[in-house]
Amino acid sequence: MTGRPRTKQIHRTKQIHLAAHFPGVNNTTVWADPRSRSQVDFSSFEHLARTAERGLFDFFFLAEGLRLREHKGRIHDLDVVGRPESLTVLSALAAVTDRLGLAATVNATFNEPYELARRLASLDHLSGGRAAWNVVTSSDAFTGENFRRGGFLDRADRYTRAAEFVATARELWDSWTPDGQDGLDGAVGEPRPFAHRGQHFDIAGEFGVPRPPQGHPVVIQAGDSPEGREFAASSADVVFTRHGTLEAGRDFYADVKGRLAAYGRAPDDLKIMPGVTFVLGDTAAEAQERAIEIRRQQVSPQNAILALEQVWGVDLSAYDPDGPLPDIDPDPESTLVQGRVKVGDPFAVAEKWRALSRAKGLSIHQTVIETTSRQSFIGTPAAVADQLDEFVRTDAADGFILVPHLTPGGLDEFVERVVPLLQERGAFRTEYEGATLRSHLGLPEPVRKG
Amino acid sequence: MTPPAATGRGPLHLAAAIDQPGAYDAAPHIELARLGERGALDFVTLGDSFARQGPDALAVLARIAPATGRVGLVPTVTTTHTEPFHVQAAVATLDWVSHGRAGWAVDVSATEAEARLFGRRRAAPREALWQEAGEVADAARRLWDSWEDDAEIRDVATGRFVDRDKLHYVDFEGRTFAVKGPSIVPRPPQGNPVVVVDATGGHARDMAVRHADVALVRAASPAQAGAARAALHRRAAELGRDPGQLRVLAALVVDLGGGEQAAQPGHGGGPLPTAEGPLYRGGPVDLADLIAAWHAAGAVDGFHLIPVEPRRDLERLVNGTVALLQHRGLFRTFYPGATLREHLGLTRPANRYAALAGDPT
Repeated sequence: MTGRPRTKQIHRTKQIHLAAHFPGVNNTTVWADPRSRSQVDFSSFEHLARTAERGLFDFFFLAEGLRLREHKGRIHDLDVVGRPESLTVLSALAAVTDRLGLAATVNATFNEPYELARRLASLDHLSGGRAAWNVVTSSDAFTGENFRRGGFLDRADRYTRAAEFVATARELWDSWTPDGQDGLDGAVGEPRPFAHRGQHFDIAGEFGVPRPPQGHPVVIQAGDSPEGREFAASSADVVFTRHGTLEAGRDFYADVKGRLAAYGRAPDDLKIMPGVTFVLGDTAAEAQERAIEIRRQQVSPQNAILALEQVWGVDLSAYDPDGPLPDIDPDPESTLVQGRVKVGDPFAVAEKWRALSRAKGLSIHQTVIETTSRQSFIGTPAAVADQLDEFVRTDAADGFILVPHLTPGGLDEFVERVVPLLQERGAFRTEYEGATLRSHLGLPEPVRKG
Repeated sequence: MTPPAATGRGPLHLAAAIDQPGAYDAAPHIELARLGERGALDFVTLGDSFARQGPDALAVLARIAPATGRVGLVPTVTTTHTEPFHVQAAVATLDWVSHGRAGWAVDVSATEAEARLFGRRRAAPREALWQEAGEVADAARRLWDSWEDDAEIRDVATGRFVDRDKLHYVDFEGRTFAVKGPSIVPRPPQGNPVVVVDATGGHARDMAVRHADVALVRAASPAQAGAARAALHRRAAELGRDPGQLRVLAALVVDLGGGEQAAQPGHGGGPLPTAEGPLYRGGPVDLADLIAAWHAAGAVDGFHLIPVEPRRDLERLVNGTVALLQHRGLFRTFYPGATLREHLGLTRPANRYAALAGDPT
């Protein structure tokens, strides 16, 4: 640190919120790079979490996997696979961080409210109020084969179950009498009986854990359908979106924030944070070169064939990655790929790729690299800081969930080079002002019900 | 061939419970776990049930893992209302974050009150619950083995991150659940974390001889403990297990509130039977004598000690009883190994699926 006097930070502009997505099982994670380390060892999680905390990030984010992905009836072997269980990793990370929020993705379909509410409340107590839950739902029988009830939900029931799950968890978190009611320091209150009877859950008893330090752990939601947006507006504290452009971001932002009033909530009560990637360079040209190199690393020749098979739905292993695209049509009924989101309109995608290949004279491998989504922000640290700030100032986002491409060092450069620039312009905190994740995000205290 | 029953005595093993009523955050748990580690205990336990007031035990011990270096960490995780796939993943993850120090004390949820918290199943008889617990432990071991240790290859030439021939479906079909596999978690550092079972009840005993690495028994005398240990070893051998891979510890509630005074008159040197199990009430020195005597008689491999007043009794246990046993050369003064299996003298299990390597089926 230089000798510059630290003044109380002045919030000149709307503040940016930042989160770090651990780059594990994800096809954007580059594992063949010599700097890539284990996606399972605790040291990797510790490195990335400490980096995020050094950068004063709001929270650290873990995705979830409940079944290994399959391709052509066999386990997919070309991308990073294997990960530890999220809530347990976050409990351990609470020991090596002090302020960083700790967010786990946990499926509402393959869990029950009592147990999950208890695990989240436990993490909140063990971390001093830093727990968050990214609510996802699933209904597929493929994942269900690892669980007692199998894939038992209709698609339409997914959000009703998720909404009732969140509401039930909050009833449980609120079920203890307020702490300190008897005036004693450190008193935690007493459990009161709860009873919940709804479409999905019929449970009763006493909750085993006092009200969490945050009242309710922070709830994150990641769906983009109209039902997902409505669920976010009614129930979530943070939305994890995929809208990467300014225009799409502003539309989404206005739409979701506009839904809040109907639930008696203020626009600031819900933070919108797109998941984004970034590439830095000393010059704009260098950043672009690195971005292309990373995309090349992300798409091996084998992965190019696999990407094609995901669209076509048929075995294309006989095709040469350096040769032209197939002439045959996709099979929309294919079950070749399991455990991934299906391609929406395979005919349209196939035609688009063929057109691209013809127009530019690209091979299969080159075409897939070309169609692999561009990193969200590419440039010098100053340019990237500019773009991030613009997104937030112009209401395309409240912040970002950064997805690095390398485990565990993928965030180092961002924290060293971009965060100070955001701080200089008064757009990002220079110290943690509160202890809880809720305080970092500027979220209101949840109102206790019952 | 029936392996010979383990006789004679191996090294003494000591474990302690760190349960504290009303402790919800990390600090009081860390304090007691570190105390146990200072005494070079094999492991500490933290009990759990959905009917209990207290945080999730496995989460607490994961929180403790980076704050300790050697002591084994054994939470209770129940099998009745939980998902076997999640349970095994969480225990495997505890092993990863602790670098091979995880155990799992298996228990069931037998009450109607617990069933109502989930609203999915009615309370069931203990026999059925322990049968299911055995199946969950079996499925967990298979899932821990579903990744061979060298499955991750990162082979740039072929673009393959894993060798999928070293990932295995477990296709487990139990009476109440089925699991396809493989696990999402690569094989943990210990291969299989240490499975601990309180083998006091008959149904739990049947499960323990099949699946436990450490069985806990409640006994009021060395003769009783020795008979229980011999019976467990005999039954394990009949099932084709190596009895040398089953440690039997006597569970003993300890009340060291009496300071240096002798064991309470009427003890006859042995513990008092209580509803919570055999209770030792007296001073730390006499407790050391009791431990040494039972171990010398070959009755048990060690003790699982449950302090009545956790902070007071654990401190007296470590600074009094354990220190004395160490001084007499009866207990380790430091950890020569890194993993819980190494502390317990248990081998790292071979992978059941790797044994089939080369088998075209």
